[in-house]
Amino acid sequence: MALPQPKLQAPQLPQHLLRTLDCKQGAVRAVRFNADGNYLLSCGSDKTLRLWSVSRGTLLKTYSGHGYEVLDADGSYDNSQLCSCSSDKTVILWDVATGQVTRKLRGHAGKVNCVQFNEEATVMLSGSIDGTVRCWDTRSRRPEPIQILDEASDGVSSIKVSEHELLTGSVDGKVRRYDLRMGQLHVDFVSSPITCVCFSQDGQCSLSSSLDSTVRLLDKSTGELLGEYTGHKNTGYKLDCCLSNKDTHVVSCSEDGHVYYWDLVEGSLSLKLSVGKAVVQSLSFHPTEPRLLTAMEGRVQVWGAEPEDTQEEAAI
Amino acid sequence: MASDSDGEEDFVTYGTPLEPLEEGEPLRKPIPIQDQMVKDEKGRFKRFHGAFTGGFSAGYFNTVGSKEGWAPSTFVSSRQQKAEKQMVRPEDFMDEEDLGEHGIAPREITTTDDFASGRRDQVRDKARAITALTAPIPGDTVLEDLVAPARTSVGVELLRKMGWKEGQGVGPRVKRKPAKQKNDAGLRGYGCALPPNGSEESEEEEDEYVPENVTFAPKDVMPIDFTPKDDLHGLGYRGLNPQQALVGGSGAGHFDLFTLDSDRASSLLGDSGPKNRRRGGVAGQAFGVGALEEEDDDIYHRDALSNYDTVLGGEEPGDGLFGWTAPQQYRNKKKAPSKDAAYLGKILEGFTLAANPVDNKTIFPPPVLPRDYRPVHYFRPVVDLSTVSPQVAQALQASAGHLSQDSQPQGRHQLDSSQRRELLGESSLQGPSSVFDLLDSKDKERLEGLRKAAQERKPEGSSEDRRVAMVAAGVAAAGAAAAASRASSQHALSSRFQPAGAEQALSAWSSPTAHSAETFKPFDKTPHKQARYDLYISKLKQGDKDALEASLDPGMTEWERGREQDEFVRAAMLYKPSSSSLNSRFTRAKHEDDGSTVEVPRDQEGDADDKQAAVKMKMFGKLTRDTFEWHPDTLLCKRFNIPNPYPGSGLVGLPKVKRDKFSVFNFLTMTDGGGGGGGGAAAPVGGPAQGPRGPAAPHGAPKPAEPAKRSRWDVSAQASEAKDPLSEFLSEARCLASSTPQEQGSQEGGAPAPDTAAESKAEPQQEEEEEEEETRPPMDLFKAIFASSSDEKSSSSSEGESEDEQEEAPPWPGPHPGPTRSESRPSGEWVLWRPSPGPERGRGGVWAQTAASIIPLGTAAFLLSPSIQGGKTQEEMQREAQGQEGAQTQEGEKAQEEAQEAQAQGKAEEEEGGGGLRQQFRCDSGSDSDDGPGALSTEELLKRLKTLGGKKVL
Repeated sequence: MALPQPKLQAPQLPQHLLRTLDCKQGAVRAVRFNADGNYLLSCGSDKTLRLWSVSRGTLLKTYSGHGYEVLDADGSYDNSQLCSCSSDKTVILWDVATGQVTRKLRGHAGKVNCVQFNEEATVMLSGSIDGTVRCWDTRSRRPEPIQILDEASDGVSSIKVSEHELLTGSVDGKVRRYDLRMGQLHVDFVSSPITCVCFSQDGQCSLSSSLDSTVRLLDKSTGELLGEYTGHKNTGYKLDCCLSNKDTHVVSCSEDGHVYYWDLVEGSLSLKLSVGKAVVQSLSFHPTEPRLLTAMEGRVQVWGAEPEDTQEEAAI
Repeated sequence: MASDSDGEEDFVTYGTPLEPLEEGEPLRKPIPIQDQMVKDEKGRFKRFHGAFTGGFSAGYFNTVGSKEGWAPSTFVSSRQQKAEKQMVRPEDFMDEEDLGEHGIAPREITTTDDFASGRRDQVRDKARAITALTAPIPGDTVLEDLVAPARTSVGVELLRKMGWKEGQGVGPRVKRKPAKQKNDAGLRGYGCALPPNGSEESEEEEDEYVPENVTFAPKDVMPIDFTPKDDLHGLGYRGLNPQQALVGGSGAGHFDLFTLDSDRASSLLGDSGPKNRRRGGVAGQAFGVGALEEEDDDIYHRDALSNYDTVLGGEEPGDGLFGWTAPQQYRNKKKAPSKDAAYLGKILEGFTLAANPVDNKTIFPPPVLPRDYRPVHYFRPVVDLSTVSPQVAQALQASAGHLSQDSQPQGRHQLDSSQRRELLGESSLQGPSSVFDLLDSKDKERLEGLRKAAQERKPEGSSEDRRVAMVAAGVAAAGAAAAASRASSQHALSSRFQPAGAEQALSAWSSPTAHSAETFKPFDKTPHKQARYDLYISKLKQGDKDALEASLDPGMTEWERGREQDEFVRAAMLYKPSSSSLNSRFTRAKHEDDGSTVEVPRDQEGDADDKQAAVKMKMFGKLTRDTFEWHPDTLLCKRFNIPNPYPGSGLVGLPKVKRDKFSVFNFLTMTDGGGGGGGGAAAPVGGPAQGPRGPAAPHGAPKPAEPAKRSRWDVSAQASEAKDPLSEFLSEARCLASSTPQEQGSQEGGAPAPDTAAESKAEPQQEEEEEEEETRPPMDLFKAIFASSSDEKSSSSSEGESEDEQEEAPPWPGPHPGPTRSESRPSGEWVLWRPSPGPERGRGGVWAQTAASIIPLGTAAFLLSPSIQGGKTQEEMQREAQGQEGAQTQEGEKAQEEAQEAQAQGKAEEEEGGGGLRQQFRCDSGSDSDDGPGALSTEELLKRLKTLGGKKVL
């Protein structure tokens, strides 16, 4: 006998401020959830990378070893390793527990904008202002990258890795998707410098935000435009965008101090979340729950769908 | 946990850390001990002994420099060989360093005592005297002083001869200003050689009543005390002077520890004053008054600040310092000459005082150049009398009076290259020496005729006549030329099917100047073809008119032959012997230049402008997407757990091809690229009716020759003016539209060929199938026209990835077995974002305008010599298409897809009907279609297309 389908709940948007972490590491350049969403990484302009507990808001560890401000970081699937990239042109692979530098990879000719593990943390992919994406092997001690993807004609600002695909966005206004399985490179022209790209959770679409204050949802296979989201302001900063955990909403930072939520299908603005007065530099959406991290100036804020106490109750 | 990160930083490290290991580098082997050699500065090996190796061995290599080391040489002396008396000098036992600059026995040039200055000697003597005084036995050296030989240096001798005395300067005597003198004397005790106090005082006293005519010797030059500072005292501080402290030389009773060196010197020298009477005992400020002191001096002298300078270098050096520091002007310099006369001091023998001071040399500035001066020398023209008409010669002679007869030997600058060559004994250059050799024989004849005509008139003299003659000859020549050209054009007409270039190639290669030695090998890669080409060239050289036909491979198909013919002709034209004397001056490179090829990505990205415009119109998708073949690294695939998509390919990244940097053959051979993507679509369009043919070719309709010559590069300028995103299909549409008036025009042009039309009607039937595969319009066109919400799904599903790769010839949008996309996505949603055809139509006018200047580079073929299929008009094509469609409707009901297919068939037919023309228009649309009188707008076109085949669909 068929059970009645549970009624679909309206997707909840993280709009209640749960916690504010004052990172004390200068400006926070990027904030990232780890793979399971229990911890967060904050990349500071004081050359340090910090690991925090999201639920308690405590600082767990400080990773210092970069020579200049840290621009992006990522955690491996098993939480044993971190990678970070910095303006000092290096990519560093960290051991989480000891805080030691496992590898320091030099090779980029300019500051490294973005870094990402692949699914099994066997490869780190870093995109740099020098227009290349370098694939670093974490398994061997080889100091050279496995492969250099130098198709971009301008700096690579964002990179995302899925199971068998790399998605890169570069300042030359192109979103490139390297399909390893097919052995193909698909280049989608968006014309304005790309600040951030990401895959949708179902892996069928790619989201790209660009400096013309537009976030575009493109069909991954054909490159057709599926949606266009505007209203926010993104003209000078490298701001992040992402999709909500259930692909229902498109989220983007803005230079006017808000985070914008658009309905993915309708393209209408669902929520304009005020974070502060300054630019919302970076954001990260929790992989499974409606929870959002935003970084503004030296602070990281944790946002949840419901206020703190009710959540705690729910947890108990 | 936060604390443990800090705690780790509390380690203390000892010693020097090892060098960080370079990752991936094998461990370095330690250097074995025998390889750790130390060398001294001369490169000799040094070995460590003693403490290092546990033994002492002074061997050959190390310390002594002899093989036996420290072993003493035995004394051997015999009657034959007397042992040499060994003079051992101290230097033998010295190290090299000791003889260096800073050693104990420096070997450098120093002033010997003979040339040391007397003054210094004196100082030293005094010092010695002082030490003698303080010696245990006072007056120990007195005897030495007494018997010391008089040793004065040469300089002092010379100075003495010039009248110098100690304490007196050299030069004419001067009168002194009393006030200044006083001032000077009061401040400092300059003139150290003078009796320290007494004489100064006496001078001061004298100054008060100095008579007018008393003069003084000029002040002596103050010798500078160059004694190095060898103590650790502060600057200017001197310790207790034993002379003063013990002997009690100072009258003031206290020691001014801070005095100038000069003062010190003077005090050193200030000997035997009447006050130096105290002997023994320590006296002075620091020591109090001893029992032996007679008087209570003010031992508690308090130094006053006024004794010190408060300004650095504030005071001007007095007159006493002239001569060594001062670039100061002497005050009384002007008066000096007058006083010179009074100077009767001893002048060196053989010298006299100069009557006049030496004047400064005055330097005069160079003359100012005139404003229009140009530093170029003009040579008068040298004219050979024999080559110039007598009038000119006369005129020249009259004007310049200078006309070289020019048989006399010339300077080397007047020789020309051939003369120099003869002088140098070089072999003469090969190849034509004159431009005249390079001219065509016809031209030569013409020129000859001209010259003859001129010469005939020449004897008659008058210039008017000559001019008339020239004109007449010119007219005649022009007429001849016109006739010749007419003839040649007739000839060209008669051999119309010979490519036009063949003639030129023949003439170029058969001319005597054609240099047979080395020619370009354009078809090097295919030896057979190259062999045929060589044959062709050799026949051309022999002047064979049928060179082309004879050299081609009879085994090839007509079409292949046609193409090869054309290639050969083009190649021959391009690489015809460079018919100038320059040819002989250059030699062929011995080695292939590797730099002539560049690696370029095999797949080119689409036009950026098109994409830009597409983005503006939010037409994402095909227009903005490029897909390339990309080879991931094997290791990367391994790490990603993915099988390598290109197993066995060593390639990584985008495939690259080597391409000549600037080679026309990139484009010449483009059409035989086949699957290369570029020209495959357009090359076989013409079918049997196309291509250069022999006279037996079936279609005799004259073709408009002009567009045939166009290559796609001709229009690039216009193409760059305006680009449109939809160039792909709009230009195609445009071609279709504009083909109609063109064809009509060609019909009016008086070359009606009704039978060809019929023929072409028949032929396409057979070729329809191939045709469809080869030249198919991009699907966007159909989408734009026929897209409706109903077929949205099918079209979107048919645009799989496979299609993206072949924009050139997308497979026909037949029904795909199923949507290739994942089912998870509801397809209905996406329609929202897809650009609907409505606005496109609305903007059609604008597009049509811009599309007029579009040349789709990717699709344009390099048309060699297109001929016309036939003068088929649009109406005919329509009729045809409709007829076919009618047939289809009669056949029965078909699915929607089939209808679409039919409609496309109609399109294909139409396309094929105007095949040749359309190709031309593709190339020329930039230039031609704009002025075409009846250029259709897109709306019209759409309408027309609808009437063509879309009835059932819409």
